Amino acid sequence: MGGYVLRRAISVILVVFVVATGTFILMHAIPGGPFKKEKALPPAVQRNIEERYKLNDPLWKQYTDYLSNLVRGDLGPSFKYLGRSVNDIIRDGFPVSATLGAWAILFALVVGVPAGIISALNQNKWQDNAVMAIAIIGVSVPNFVIATLLMYVFAVKLRWLPVALWGTPKHVILPMIALAGFPAAFFARLMRSSTLDVLSQDYIRTARAKGLSWYAVVVKHVVKNAILPVVTYLGPLIAGILTGSFVVENIFAIPGLGRYYVTSIYNRDYTTIMGVTIFYSAFLVLVNFLVDITYGWIDPRIKLVKAKE
Amino acid sequence: MEYTTDMFKPVAKDIESAEAIVRPSVTYWQDAWRRLKQNRLAMVGLWVIVVIALIAAFGPMLSPYSYSDQSLFDQNMYITREHWLGTDDLGRDLLTRIMYGARISLTVGFVASFINLTVGVVYGGISGYYGGQVDNIMMRIVEILSGIPLLLYVILLMVVLKPGLQNILIALGLVYWLGMARIVRGQILSLKEQDYVLAARTIGAGSWRIIWKHLIPNAMGPIIVTATLNIPQAIFTEAFLSFIGLGVNAPMASWGVLANDALPSFRTYPWQLFFPAVAISITMLAFNFFGDGLRDALDPKQRK
Repeated sequence: MGGYVLRRAISVILVVFVVATGTFILMHAIPGGPFKKEKALPPAVQRNIEERYKLNDPLWKQYTDYLSNLVRGDLGPSFKYLGRSVNDIIRDGFPVSATLGAWAILFALVVGVPAGIISALNQNKWQDNAVMAIAIIGVSVPNFVIATLLMYVFAVKLRWLPVALWGTPKHVILPMIALAGFPAAFFARLMRSSTLDVLSQDYIRTARAKGLSWYAVVVKHVVKNAILPVVTYLGPLIAGILTGSFVVENIFAIPGLGRYYVTSIYNRDYTTIMGVTIFYSAFLVLVNFLVDITYGWIDPRIKLVKAKE
Repeated sequence: MEYTTDMFKPVAKDIESAEAIVRPSVTYWQDAWRRLKQNRLAMVGLWVIVVIALIAAFGPMLSPYSYSDQSLFDQNMYITREHWLGTDDLGRDLLTRIMYGARISLTVGFVASFINLTVGVVYGGISGYYGGQVDNIMMRIVEILSGIPLLLYVILLMVVLKPGLQNILIALGLVYWLGMARIVRGQILSLKEQDYVLAARTIGAGSWRIIWKHLIPNAMGPIIVTATLNIPQAIFTEAFLSFIGLGVNAPMASWGVLANDALPSFRTYPWQLFFPAVAISITMLAFNFFGDGLRDALDPKQRK
């Protein structure tokens, strides 16, 4: 177990390093510098700017500087927002995104998992068909469509909820549902098929045969076993919520990191794009690492250390 | 009535004719097609895809407008006789733009899916067939790449490559093959232990020939299913990229661009957002229904 954790930790660092290098190369492969504007700057100003952002250093020096700053957790200044560093932007935006994301994950679990179980317990009856119909729509309709539809119906027409912005609990509801649409639908499908798998197992028949009520069998045996695939999907789920936040935060004008990221793409703010990408990657790789370790703890049958083939 | 022995006569034993197979044998593909035809939703999906493809191919030719014709007198019109789905803020005909959008979405869907089909199959095939250290290194690379959402790579590539249809295809093709590579590798790993591979090797077939003539054709079912399910993903990614401003260039319109353009004024002109949104959703639904049906048809064991 210890060896496994260590190996995984090394691979986490490796991934972040590869991403940092890759982003660095890509960002420097762009023709024209970040300060190339339509209107030419006076040469002196141009020189000063390049001096300020160390763009005159040889590439290898820029790279090593970048890496050594990265190790110290410094992602550098933003090219577009004067006086703000990428760290500032992340510090402002990430808590908002994380709050929204956590609500969305909770919502997806609370809706998707029971829906999948109900569907499987009523296989091929109307409940099953209804849940699966809604689920396939949820998987197919892009999140920006869901977001705008929700906004139109519940905020513009019915005026139940605020149209956009952030601050009160009421502001969370619509973006949360928009973000959770896809994962909830996905969970419902996943949970249905894994529940069907478990239902056909011998130990379920045994549990029934020894006189356990159907309710107890479902709660104590079926759900407990069927939920495992959902746990493995938590890593990709968080990744999906994160990329979904790019769009949803933009539509609802939420000052989260996803919105900053998209704005920095619009603005071609290269240092911010680089910094936030690396931050996202590091965050996700870390989450996956934690999920994998928890998984081994939840289900001891799963061997983390690969057996020799 | 009396039975006498001379009423009976022995029938000549003919094992040949008893064992003869009268009906033509059903191949794997015929069998799959038969199963697919029984799946009503999948067939609806298939027909919808065909209709959308026809509209994308011929629709723009039948329209009196082009996707870039502006008319300042017809701005933001609702459904009229001249403009069946209304117009946008520059007076461009929305129906025509949506039909052009269908071209872009379908092109992206099929081409991107084809590129990662090729890259993924070759990569996964090599990794699975050679196994050992080669497999180890190749799969480690895949593992590292897939630690991060693919959309982030696509965004980065698009920032570097500059928006445009061709670059979307390149970015999608460069990135989305990971899933395919994994599936092909898994298939090849188990298939290469089969006896017919040993037989082929015994009579002197080379590795390349074994991979292409024996292993890949036998893994075709899962490969096709994965490729089909990649199409809606590619379409969605294009719409997403266009939506955040990294899509095709103006005045070209993809569905994501149309949705994004309609967003600022969607409280006043909701149909400008509604129509492209419906177009994307129907297409994605059709591909998902068809892909799910195809999976059930090609791999009946998985069916629940």
